[in-house]
Amino acid sequence: MLDLKSVNSGYGETQVLYGMNVTAAQGRVLAILGRNGAGKSTTLKTIMGLLPTKSGTITFDGRPIAGRPFDIAKSGIAYVPETRDIFPSLTVRENLEIAAKRFAGAKDGWTMERAIDLFPRLGERMDNGGMQLSGGEQQMLSIARALLMNPRLLILDEPTEGLAPIIVKLIHDKLQTLKAESLSMILVEQNFGFATSLADDVAVVSKGQVVWKGSAPEIRADAAAQQEWLGV
Amino acid sequence: MAIDLGFWTLQALNALQLSMLLFLLSIGLTVIFGLMHFVNLAHGALYALGAYFAAWLAAYGGFWLAFLLAPVAVAGVGVLLYSGLIKRMRKSGPMAQVLVTFGLIFALLDLTRIFWGDLPQVLDAPAMLDGRLAFFGIEYPTYRVFIIVLGLVVLAALAFVLGRTQIGAMIRAGVDNDAMAACLGINVEKLFFVVFCVGCALAGLAGAVAAPLLSVTPEMGLQILIPTLIVIVIGGLGSLKGAIAGSLIYGVVQTFGAVLAPQLASVLIYALLAAVLVIKPTGLFPAKG
Repeated sequence: MLDLKSVNSGYGETQVLYGMNVTAAQGRVLAILGRNGAGKSTTLKTIMGLLPTKSGTITFDGRPIAGRPFDIAKSGIAYVPETRDIFPSLTVRENLEIAAKRFAGAKDGWTMERAIDLFPRLGERMDNGGMQLSGGEQQMLSIARALLMNPRLLILDEPTEGLAPIIVKLIHDKLQTLKAESLSMILVEQNFGFATSLADDVAVVSKGQVVWKGSAPEIRADAAAQQEWLGV
Repeated sequence: MAIDLGFWTLQALNALQLSMLLFLLSIGLTVIFGLMHFVNLAHGALYALGAYFAAWLAAYGGFWLAFLLAPVAVAGVGVLLYSGLIKRMRKSGPMAQVLVTFGLIFALLDLTRIFWGDLPQVLDAPAMLDGRLAFFGIEYPTYRVFIIVLGLVVLAALAFVLGRTQIGAMIRAGVDNDAMAACLGINVEKLFFVVFCVGCALAGLAGAVAAPLLSVTPEMGLQILIPTLIVIVIGGLGSLKGAIAGSLIYGVVQTFGAVLAPQLASVLIYALLAAVLVIKPTGLFPAKG
């Protein structure tokens, strides 16, 4: 559903992606793995239009993706950034409503009630400011906010980073639920176990290129590839 | 000097009236800066334009027509400025923005000179606001009370829109983190355009209501710019709370400084500004904590 073909991109003069080719398939979870600085987050930021594509093409459902982040968001891609990016001046409720009120979905789409069912903890903290939340709660809020955009593709950048194991387990279970509902996802992760237990497909990135492609069971079985590209 | 309750009430009202005028100016500038990190030094020139438009319109249709149309006309100038200059300069960095909008001050100043000449223009307060109100044992010009009430009404309206509505939440989200706001499908550029126009209209409104208090001269935009910037720096960038707090502090320090310690008055506010910069460099209530 999302195709990157020979994408070059980076920050200003510093190029990070060198001919990135990667495909996320409809109804499946793609994990993008790789060491720090390999270009994983850069790939996601380029998809969202936060970094300019210098050359190459990105297509979403066969159509070239529009250039600006808000067009891309409107076309059905929701983004959970590494830094979670909760709006500190907004309450938890406002953080959710800012997505919910403008992306009313189909009948069985995401609503405030359904988001709170998924993360009951958020329901208890609706009137708290965005910055009064713990790291785990911020991650839940960031995911819930993205879901309320009723996206066709959800992309998550290191959702487990800096979280306690019990919260990582909770996030894992929730993403598993979303996967069971066949939501298409792209997941960037450092946590190999977390990523490969969720993913259908895996792409390993090094120096701005995909160096290994296959399924999650395949990468788990391929100790040499793990050793070479991931150092696990 | 007889210092009694009447004196304090009178000076407090003077301070409040000055604060409200500064609030109308600083709120637009601070939200524009907070939302898009755009430095618009020509904001004061828009205030002067508001006063000129008001004086000119009043000659045809009286004060109230001027009061209603001057902000609209200034917002129209804002649309031209935005599409002609500001839109193209969004990514050009603060130095270029400061230089261009600083140059714009002088361009607009000379344009007002060409159209209206060097002689001060006069705008009279409407008859119904021309008298004095007696309360708490003092008499106070009705027109100044009108400015205070107007400022409070605008404050309440903005507090409601920014704090309680969807568009207000979108503006606050844009001030917090414009990239993430865009990733949630918010057209931050369009939002900025709307905020910019409202900010221009409020500067025009400030100019229109200030006109009957002062003589309308080409320099009035330059004279108000420094106080407005001081308000924003003291209050903190991007927030309504900062704009109102900064305006009240400036109004009180300036007004009471002038009557209680005239020899210190001119440095007092700058000393306070320096103190704020040392103790809390981001201002008292910045939008980004």
